[in-house]
Amino acid sequence: MNRWLLWVPLVLFGLFFAAVAVGLMMPKDNIIESKMVGKPMPEFALPSAIEQRPALSSADLKRGKPTLLNIFASWCVPCIAEAPQLLELQRAGVEINAIASRDTPQDVANFLNRWGNPYTRIGADTTSKVQLELGSSGVPETFVVDGNGIIVHQHIGDIRQEDVARLLELLKDAE
Amino acid sequence: MKRLLSLLLLCLAVPVSAQTGLPPAPYADRQLDDPQQETAARDLMEELRCLKCQSQSIADSNAPMAGDMRSQVRERIAAGETPEEVRNWLIERYGNWVSYNPPIDSAVTWPLWIAPIILLFAALWLARGRFRKPKDRE
Repeated sequence: MNRWLLWVPLVLFGLFFAAVAVGLMMPKDNIIESKMVGKPMPEFALPSAIEQRPALSSADLKRGKPTLLNIFASWCVPCIAEAPQLLELQRAGVEINAIASRDTPQDVANFLNRWGNPYTRIGADTTSKVQLELGSSGVPETFVVDGNGIIVHQHIGDIRQEDVARLLELLKDAE
Repeated sequence: MKRLLSLLLLCLAVPVSAQTGLPPAPYADRQLDDPQQETAARDLMEELRCLKCQSQSIADSNAPMAGDMRSQVRERIAAGETPEEVRNWLIERYGNWVSYNPPIDSAVTWPLWIAPIILLFAALWLARGRFRKPKDRE
């Protein structure tokens, strides 16, 4: 047998070892992007999540003006972190609609009393049905929707201060 | 006595719930009445990846979102959709990632299917000498 052939198993083991080591040490990329970006908003009609705000249906998201669709929950900590940025966007004249994920009216009302309510409409998605329709895998997530109801962009995770300008730009481009 | 009491009190502690307090979706943990449909739904659930705890199937996961996905799978199958239609509905939204049975249609997935076959042939080729009759020793 060729002498170099003897080394093949060791090289294979080395490759295997390296692959496992990299897999163990690299942080796992947990972000799953929705494949619905670029597609029309799926049809849905959700009941109102709190008394003070009207219900939300897909028809509300194609009224000619670009909007933000924010998915949040009262039990979600990063949603508190993004509350000031959402209020800032609202003050900048952006219409923000929301889907409250797996939540009760009382909890949503408490959350909004405490952290502010930037939303025009809030739909209650108690069984994640619409979230699955949207290809969304968690809270918070924010979709940029153009005036015809086409999903232009998906922002995964909380909106930080540095994301506000980009979202405003995307909304302007969607006009 | 004090120690025992504090231990007992610890048993009563409730973990801080970081997740929703709402009950699961109707068919998250309830079987369908039709056993054939339930089997079909069950088989599909084993092959769908949980979005929250990404190394588990939705059949194995206790995450509320996995429960909601199980309920969707059962409801859609009860409404007459085939398991493949339900799978494609999810792939359309989350990509091939969501299925544990990815199709061979992209540069990323074909090595998954080809690599084991190549490795098997490589192993046979490496081992071929072992199966030869040791003629020279006769």
